[in-house]
Amino acid sequence: MLSRLLLRAAPAALRSLPPPGAVGVLHATRPLHTTQQSWAPLPPLPEKGGEVRHGLIPEEFFQFLYPKTGVTGPYMLGTGLVLYLLSKEIYVVNHETVAAACILSVIIYGVKRFGSDVAAFADKLNEEKIAKASAVKNEAIRDLETAIEAEKKEQWRVEGRSYLFDAKRNNVAMLLETNYRERLLMVYNEVKKRLDYQVAMQNLKRQKEQDHMIQWVEKNVIQSITPQQQKESIAKCILDLKALSKSAQAAV
Amino acid sequence: GPLSDRRLMEVKLGELPAWLATRDFSPQGLLGGLQKAWSSYYNKYINVKRGGPAGISMLLAGYCLLSYSWNYQHIKRHRWRKYH
Repeated sequence: MLSRLLLRAAPAALRSLPPPGAVGVLHATRPLHTTQQSWAPLPPLPEKGGEVRHGLIPEEFFQFLYPKTGVTGPYMLGTGLVLYLLSKEIYVVNHETVAAACILSVIIYGVKRFGSDVAAFADKLNEEKIAKASAVKNEAIRDLETAIEAEKKEQWRVEGRSYLFDAKRNNVAMLLETNYRERLLMVYNEVKKRLDYQVAMQNLKRQKEQDHMIQWVEKNVIQSITPQQQKESIAKCILDLKALSKSAQAAV
Repeated sequence: GPLSDRRLMEVKLGELPAWLATRDFSPQGLLGGLQKAWSSYYNKYINVKRGGPAGISMLLAGYCLLSYSWNYQHIKRHRWRKYH
């Protein structure tokens, strides 16, 4: 399809290549990518074909004869040619001539009447094909654009990294602080328990010593009270009571 | 440019023998020339977005002329007049 382009550019490309021996460093016989032609993007197809008059003779022929013979030149040439061929019977009129005339008239009538409809139908088919392909292409482009947007958003999010890490650092610091305080409390409680124990021990010891001493003193005192002393103390008490009762009576 | 690089349409009439001498007539050369001619015709008249009847009609007309010339010796016998 691009052969016409290639064929026009080929002599120019061939001329631009240096002779093979000139390249020393590369182990290639010719340098690559020297011409400007590239296969992508493809150039679009031409809209209309070459101009042709009466469906048979290219316009270039008429243009070629125009400077010398004007507008009627090619037609005069054609008429003269036809008359020459007929008169010298280089073209023989036979049954095939009649057949050719009928076929040609039918073909020309068909083309003139249905040509534009067929052309419109073919154009519609082409349009559908192109529309499908370009729909795919546009879909792909849209997807890539949304991907680009998403990527840009992610890049914007990266800027918030510092805030994220500050928050995380704060969290960690708070955890550490909490843990430290818990342990301080535990230490305090443990120490207090041990000190309380010591205090309780001392109190207990003193109480026990006191009780023991009181008991010992009482026991000894009770032991030391002999029966004799008991009688004497009782008699003394009775005397004292009598004296008291006398004094009380006297008072009343 | 030099004679060997020019296409047939750009060669002047007087230079035609010289130009023919520069052409490559090996089988590959002939095939290549045929390929070039066909692809230039194809890309000009057939491989377009909105072609017309001109593309194939010229091919058919050429075919008619060719086959008439191949059968000319046989058709000559059905002439209407002997002397022209």
